[in-house]
Amino acid sequence: MARVRESAIVDVPIVEVWRWLRDFNSHRDWHPAIDDSEIENGLPADTVGAVRAFTLKDGSFLREQLLSLDDELHELSYCLIDSPIPLYGYVATIRLLPVTDTGATFWQWESEFNPPRDRARELVALVANDIYRAGMRGLERRLRAGPGEGGNGVLRVARATEGTPAAPREKLLPVHPVEATVEPATDAAGSLKARAVVMDRHGGPEVLSLRDIDVPTPGPGEVRIRQSHVGVNFIDVYCRTGYFDLVTPPGVPGMEAAGTVESVGSGVSHLAAGDRVAYACPPAGSYASVRTMNADLVVRIPDWLDTAHAAAGLLKGVAAGFLLHDVHPIARGEWVVVHAAAGGVGSLLTQWAAALGARVIATVSDAEKARLAEASGADDVIIGRGPEFVDRVRRLTGDRGADVVYDAIGRDSFDASMAALAVRGHLVSFGQASGDIGAREIGPMASKSLTLSRPNYGHYIADRTMMTMQAERLFSAIERGFLNIPPPQLAPIEDVARVHSELESGRTTGAIVLEA
Amino acid sequence: MTRVYVSSVIPAPAASVWRRVRDFNGLPEWTPFVAESRIEQGLPSDKVGCIRNFILTDGGTIREQLLALSDYDMSCTYSILESPMGVEDYIAKLSLTPVTDGNVTFAQWQADFDCAPEREQALIDQIGKNVFQAAFNALRQSFGGR
Repeated sequence: MARVRESAIVDVPIVEVWRWLRDFNSHRDWHPAIDDSEIENGLPADTVGAVRAFTLKDGSFLREQLLSLDDELHELSYCLIDSPIPLYGYVATIRLLPVTDTGATFWQWESEFNPPRDRARELVALVANDIYRAGMRGLERRLRAGPGEGGNGVLRVARATEGTPAAPREKLLPVHPVEATVEPATDAAGSLKARAVVMDRHGGPEVLSLRDIDVPTPGPGEVRIRQSHVGVNFIDVYCRTGYFDLVTPPGVPGMEAAGTVESVGSGVSHLAAGDRVAYACPPAGSYASVRTMNADLVVRIPDWLDTAHAAAGLLKGVAAGFLLHDVHPIARGEWVVVHAAAGGVGSLLTQWAAALGARVIATVSDAEKARLAEASGADDVIIGRGPEFVDRVRRLTGDRGADVVYDAIGRDSFDASMAALAVRGHLVSFGQASGDIGAREIGPMASKSLTLSRPNYGHYIADRTMMTMQAERLFSAIERGFLNIPPPQLAPIEDVARVHSELESGRTTGAIVLEA
Repeated sequence: MTRVYVSSVIPAPAASVWRRVRDFNGLPEWTPFVAESRIEQGLPSDKVGCIRNFILTDGGTIREQLLALSDYDMSCTYSILESPMGVEDYIAKLSLTPVTDGNVTFAQWQADFDCAPEREQALIDQIGKNVFQAAFNALRQSFGGR
């Protein structure tokens, strides 16, 4: 017997959620997987014993029967009668409970069924993710958007048939305002005018210039986003100079932005118009006020996180997350060195490693940055990375050395990092702010059995599952107080060249966000 | 019979929250209104039937008996034996449920009791707001929520 139990907090009052759910045929209006549905024999949709016959978007046909419906407990159960998927003996229960202090709703959806043994894992994941999770978020979006708004073909207008509940309009939670203040003009083909930073050739900050561009209507699997905030990262400098071959001129740099979904193409079920979203991923092209891109790696921003912070923190936060959990999972009590601990990723690494119970030794370049690193929770802060740095790490660790060094400085710090490590220590080299590390001997690493990692961001967010996991881990760490994303420095997108020169010269602390 | 029901979302995995609240003698650790607590007759605090004897920050003393404790359901049921509140047949249940989407915790606290009719509304407010909600607020903040 396989058992699935999924639950979510839906930010809508219980009476509104229940008004929809008690209509056994309403799933056609909110579940992203359902194409069409009807109750057999013309019965009212809240009749116990009623059968709903429905088709999925992929064309498969299913029938389910309502077994119980309880308005007092806000609970209903149903079973599967016909299905092309082998979910034998499938009985499911939906139960709602009020969250009394916020007015939200706790929604639990569970089932038991007998799958063929070799397909159990796959079918459990299908039911949990594609049916339950997608459904719960689908109804939440439906209730927040209201009929005919923000749907753009994804959320359909409730049909005027008897038994379909009137979609609530008044008691809705606030729909997030679309942050673009000026409606960009649309041409006949549906493309939108936007402003973008274009680089005509590789080179210094002077190759960046602001242009008007046309942004096309989203195709299948794509989303078009009105971007209010664009995150600036050191990788953008590497793209501009040509050190990384990620932007072929003429092209738009940038890996990170946040804003509001303007429209979605066909086949996109995890986002809808009006959603506040962010992304931090290749391909480059985020330095723009509007962008159409593949929707897979675009994630929704939690309500409590504002757009500027999301644009400032997503790439750096996801990077810090996988460096501390996947590349080298931090164990409580480990000695961790973080270089450039006042920088964007450095300050997040310091805070998060400290919250995970590590003892953090931070290195910085001046006294002001030392104060920042200390405030992030570093146990000890060292200014500079010369011989005195290695001595200090030895002294602090009782001559043992550090368990792991997170190093994005590169050329100037590589040797000191190796020297500061304990036997069987781990050098995580994830950047080269001081210049290319160049060729190195690996033979000497055997003298301490060292491990060297050169992680590539893209490999840790390669698909939607990975990106969702990384983003949820980050949002949860912020919400629990493990991490504080400091307010970013905001700069108008016109000042992009100045921002790049300051970033390159190491004159900045914390994150910089362009206002598009 | 009067019922008080309060629920909240705690921004941490249910197992972490349960570690904090399962100790029947642990109220001073996580609630703002209990000054000190002991288990009578030196019994372990997870022995069903044990009695906690605690002093509120305002000086009142309450004795409560553990009726059920489940690490599987993450719930704890208890009754009031003695209190200055003027309630009869008071039975309360605190339970936690994992929220899989987001890996947080749905926490519920419910009490059923009898009391003098003119005291009912005051008791509902006192227990719902100053006890259950106040404890949930403290719990949420201790896990970094707001």
